[in-house]
Amino acid sequence: MRNIFLLIYRFHFLIFFLLLEVFCMFLLVQNNNYQHAGFMNSSNGFVGRIYSVTGSLKDYINLKATNKSLIEENAWLHRMMSDTSMMNKTERLNVKDSVYRQQYDYIAAHVINNSTNRRSNYLTLNKGRADGVKPDMGVISSTGAVGKVKYVSEHFCVVMSLLHKDMKVSSRIKKNKYFGSLVWEGGSAKKALLNDIAVHVPIAKGDTVVTSSYSPIFPEGVNLGTISHFELKPGQNFYNISLNLTTEFGNLTYVYIINNLMKEEQLKLEDKIPAHD
Amino acid sequence: MINTIISNVVRFFVLVAVQVIILNNVELNGFINPFMYVLFIMLLPFETPGWMLLVFSLLMGLMVDLFSNTLGMHAGASVFIAYVRPWIIKIISPRDGYESESRPTIVNMGFRWFLIYSILMVFFHHFVLFFLEAFRFQEFFETLFRVILSSILTIVLILISQYLFTKNKLQK
Repeated sequence: MRNIFLLIYRFHFLIFFLLLEVFCMFLLVQNNNYQHAGFMNSSNGFVGRIYSVTGSLKDYINLKATNKSLIEENAWLHRMMSDTSMMNKTERLNVKDSVYRQQYDYIAAHVINNSTNRRSNYLTLNKGRADGVKPDMGVISSTGAVGKVKYVSEHFCVVMSLLHKDMKVSSRIKKNKYFGSLVWEGGSAKKALLNDIAVHVPIAKGDTVVTSSYSPIFPEGVNLGTISHFELKPGQNFYNISLNLTTEFGNLTYVYIINNLMKEEQLKLEDKIPAHD
Repeated sequence: MINTIISNVVRFFVLVAVQVIILNNVELNGFINPFMYVLFIMLLPFETPGWMLLVFSLLMGLMVDLFSNTLGMHAGASVFIAYVRPWIIKIISPRDGYESESRPTIVNMGFRWFLIYSILMVFFHHFVLFFLEAFRFQEFFETLFRVILSSILTIVLILISQYLFTKNKLQK
């Protein structure tokens, strides 16, 4: 205590000066509009800058949660779109408010493992049996088709990517609806081949290729790729078409698993066709 | 002692009056203002204790502020030079120190000492004052220009008043 008094006594001139000067500044800022405005402006500017910095930090930290909520909202919106429903003609006559019945359900999933450089590539997603995922469900991303579910565990599933030697997707050219099948012959993760397009079909570079309605896995019209190059070899009935895939397999993070609610029914019916027919 | 007090009190009021009534209305070129009341702080005796310097300077500044509607501005600048005054006096002290009974006036200390003393005091005062008035550093050089021009005018006025004052004293 004594030391504090000694210290105050030693620096009393400085302390007294500072007190008086603070008093003057107080008077100045309180009583003069110009300085008052200047003080408020600079302090507001300073505080504002701090807030904008902390705000952007907070935004960055919350990015993950924001992304998650957005992707869930997207899945919900997809469910609402009429593309995912099919016309329910039998009910249409007697029930007025259910013109459409939902055919496809979307489950948002996060890609937790992925490869593009092998001949047979797989992805692992963080949704499994507990979330209603079953084998042979289709998987798409916001840019295009990704693959189909191959194995399912309780909380994960493994997806056979389009970049797989056994993968074949029923597809068609968007503008004239001629259908073919998409295969991947290895090499670049951005290129694929479209087979079975007959020579009489008019095609051009840049034509969009989408999934066809013949596949029970994907909804109709999911983007697959655009024609980058085509040629006709002498004596052949089909084009050799190469595609630029629209899906960027290299940086997939969020995808949707598609549950075709009527697949069972369709397959059961198709099973009735005798095998030797 | 009593004489010193009386002469300082009289100087206080005379300088406030001169400043408020005459000099506040002087505006050369619109932005050169002399502030001669600094002379009061300059002429306080060497032995004045620090706290007294600060209090008198605050009173002087507040007086001028009250009359020129700038509460706190002159007071802040005055308190500041009261604070730096002991250092200035120490820095420019003559080789053999200050004699007892001497006053910081032109008669006692000589023209050279007094000129340096007034340049330092007036410049610091005007510097703080004009920057408090501008209240920002964006127009630093314009404000500095005002400080220098106004300081020159104030110093000239102070020197003239010193000569007038001493003549009176010599006549007595």
